[in-house]
Amino acid sequence: MSHPSFPHRLFVRNFVLIFFLFAVFALSPAPLALAADSTNMKTLTAEELLHLLSSPAKPLLFQVGSHMLYMQAHIPGSEYIGAGNTPDGLQRLNARVSKLPKKTAIVLYCGCCPWSHCPNVNPAYDALTQLGFTNVKVLYIAGNFGSDWADKGYPVAKGE
Amino acid sequence: MKKTILVFSAALILLVWLPACRHSSSAQSTALRPAPDFSLTDITGHPLRLSDYRGKVVILDFWATWCEPCKQEIPHFIDFENKYSAQGLAIMGISMDDSEPPVRDFQKQYKMNYPVAVGTSQLADQYGGILGLPITFIIDRQGRILARHIGATNISIIESEVQKALAQAP
Repeated sequence: MSHPSFPHRLFVRNFVLIFFLFAVFALSPAPLALAADSTNMKTLTAEELLHLLSSPAKPLLFQVGSHMLYMQAHIPGSEYIGAGNTPDGLQRLNARVSKLPKKTAIVLYCGCCPWSHCPNVNPAYDALTQLGFTNVKVLYIAGNFGSDWADKGYPVAKGE
Repeated sequence: MKKTILVFSAALILLVWLPACRHSSSAQSTALRPAPDFSLTDITGHPLRLSDYRGKVVILDFWATWCEPCKQEIPHFIDFENKYSAQGLAIMGISMDDSEPPVRDFQKQYKMNYPVAVGTSQLADQYGGILGLPITFIIDRQGRILARHIGATNISIIESEVQKALAQAP
């Protein structure tokens, strides 16, 4: 009985390794969450936003999630616009930006639920880009506003 | 070379796995603190007061009509209501929607068989803030919080906790 040649064994080993890595990617929820980024939204991290907010060139910050969430906790200085998945929310967004220059820096955020399930940021982002705004970004919140912002000790305000 | 491949593979796996862990739901120990009492009116007009359910095991589910992970859990809660209510389980759905009409429509569409009310930010504060959905509390027969699950949770974990709580004497 002949033993497999060295190149053959190397091939089998590499195949097993690649298969294992593929399985990990396929079974992990992380790639699914990242798949939500396959839309054309430009995103920024919490750290990047905090840096921006402490700079002279502060962007406008719009919360496009539920009012209930905003009442409990929101990023100081952010404006409640309305849920991006509702006609009312989009109408309010349109009204808010109607007189702004198209180059205005705007950051949208929600955090109602995991990034890949958020129903609000995509429609709000699309609405602004369709209106011609060229400097719009979305705060990437992986899980929710509680876990990924408030619980990390980042600044939070309450109420209207 | 082999070592390099192994180290590279291990690093890659960790890079993939660690963010994955962050996305999974989390159960947080609350050291059996009493569940804050509340009094709401459910969407059918009936009073919904937590203290009226003392002696029962309660699943208190914070959800919303626009929340996809919530929609995945609700059919299981409907099953639980059928399966365990005779043993002393009560389920309450507290919607964090901004208005009631979509909640009414949702309850009809999903044939929710347990009381549903629209929550308030004050109630959310009482429960430590509902800053993301779903969040599910399991409350024991003595009115103490046994578990808090943040995010979509493996339903077998919730069922197991409910069964253990139901097994305890009222």
